[in-house]
Amino acid sequence: MSETKKFMYVNRHAPYGTVYALEGLEVVLIGAAFEQDVSMAFIGDGVFQLKQGQDTADSDMKNFSPAYRALGDYEVNCLYVERESLEERGLNEDDLMPLTWEDEDDDWAEKKSIHIVSRAQLSDLLEEQDVILNF
Amino acid sequence: MAFELDGRTYEVDEEGYLADLSEWNAEVAAYMAKEDDCDLDENHWEVINFLREYYDEYQIAPAVRVLTKAIGKKLGKDKGNSKYLYELFPYGPAKQACKYAGLPKPTGCV
Repeated sequence: MSETKKFMYVNRHAPYGTVYALEGLEVVLIGAAFEQDVSMAFIGDGVFQLKQGQDTADSDMKNFSPAYRALGDYEVNCLYVERESLEERGLNEDDLMPLTWEDEDDDWAEKKSIHIVSRAQLSDLLEEQDVILNF
Repeated sequence: MAFELDGRTYEVDEEGYLADLSEWNAEVAAYMAKEDDCDLDENHWEVINFLREYYDEYQIAPAVRVLTKAIGKKLGKDKGNSKYLYELFPYGPAKQACKYAGLPKPTGCV
């Protein structure tokens, strides 16, 4: 197989108003089969995708938020959430789903997938990527 | 498309996956398997039930790689490998088992 590339999926939309969030998540899950170095970033209204306690019963849409908990199974272990975007929306880390992954090389220890980063740190992370996909 | 079983009609997509997963029952699974010349035994059911639990928890049908790893963790290494799963489901463990389990075609299906 050719060299591994760094892929970052940047999520900018709230989960249910458009199809961006669901389609983006599906692309991440499909792309995970190609064994690249995959991470996700959540900025702007995209941070709402990770909010705990989503309830879509009244909107007649499927609540796909449990699928984010499967990302660890797909070896997508790094979800960067921009601190400023959370603060601008009155949210903090405790409002987000406690997503984890299991480290096979560390006796399956459960580790946190979500990393809160500043706008400046995220800008550095974007700089490091080979491929950036926006949703 | 649709098929009839015991006087009820079940809608399926062009690949035979159940349109409404809440309509699923064990007879539907057995019927779909029979159409593929496959008799379901307890080993098949173990995987089908596992998939239904996985979907219930995560709202997605796992890709074959993820399924294999998860089965290995839950049921042991002798079952969590492609050889064992392909012997049970020769059309592809995730695809075929998901169909019998009434789930959509797996996301990230290779």
